[in-house]
Amino acid sequence: MTPATKIGASIAVATGLYAISYGALGVAAGLNLWQVMALSLLMFTGGSQFAFIGVIAGGGSPGAAFGAATLLGVRNAVYGMQIKAMLRPHGLKKLLAAQVTIDESTATAAGQSDPAEQKRGFWVAGIGVYVLWNIFTVAGALLGDALGDPKAWGLDGAAVAAFLGLLWPRLKSAEPVAIATVCALATVLAIPLVPPGVPILVAALVAGVWGYFGRGPATEGLEPDVEPRTTRENSE
Amino acid sequence: MSEMWWWILAGCAAAYGFKLLGYLVPEKILENEKMTRAAGTLTIGLLASLTIVNTVASGTTVAFDARVAALVAAGVALLLRAPFLVVVIVGAGAAALARYLGWG
Repeated sequence: MTPATKIGASIAVATGLYAISYGALGVAAGLNLWQVMALSLLMFTGGSQFAFIGVIAGGGSPGAAFGAATLLGVRNAVYGMQIKAMLRPHGLKKLLAAQVTIDESTATAAGQSDPAEQKRGFWVAGIGVYVLWNIFTVAGALLGDALGDPKAWGLDGAAVAAFLGLLWPRLKSAEPVAIATVCALATVLAIPLVPPGVPILVAALVAGVWGYFGRGPATEGLEPDVEPRTTRENSE
Repeated sequence: MSEMWWWILAGCAAAYGFKLLGYLVPEKILENEKMTRAAGTLTIGLLASLTIVNTVASGTTVAFDARVAALVAAGVALLLRAPFLVVVIVGAGAAALARYLGWG
């Protein structure tokens, strides 16, 4: 295995395993097995999937869940642009590459300097995460079904931990911490004023305006949940 | 088909649309530093908001219950560099324990 293949494979295993928590939380939120699976097969962008079920679990409407999930997927357009510049895929390959363009596959490719390695890293991480993510989604959903009462097992606490875990790797400097704090405050203020699910969209507006008009690094927040760079440095 | 299914499929289509957009749109349009930055800060803001909503929202009221214990425990696990799945299990365990002890 080349270094990029190795990194891609290890990222695929680490990320694929998260899907257990996604599957269990999806069922606890009230979606059925097919709906939980459809999100992994078709939406396939972890943060957005967690957002969708998180809004539903909090009593939000499916429309608000759609809004939160869609906004959280905007960054994938930036990743698509980066992968296009690195791999220059054509035809059917381009359509397939788009579906597996996520935090992890982009980060694995971006962590390599040799074009052949970038290509291997992207496809191994992208397809690897896709296959394992879907397998572990089913496992998690079946587990969630078997657990029964979600609150007795603290599954609502698991959702809190999952979102904090997704946010954590992005809090690398003072600016993201400030954005997170302001958005958390805006959310708390909005909860009593607007329907469930909508406070998340209010926070999204605050964060988007901050990013567009504020000054700071262009790549703030565009970090993978599993950091491949340390592994790359070891292999160089 | 239920309303839920339509929103799920619309969400899947929108997610794929954004992924594909990066491959289809000329680089000059998306390679705008402000757009890239907004996409990143949006991600941070949404994840922070989702964390808080799942911790304290109970319909349209703010409630402090067993989920706060999950947030604190998950934060400690992350500070100790625990892997994602361990963080999630710690969060569940903390909420279940707090509830067992009679809090929320």
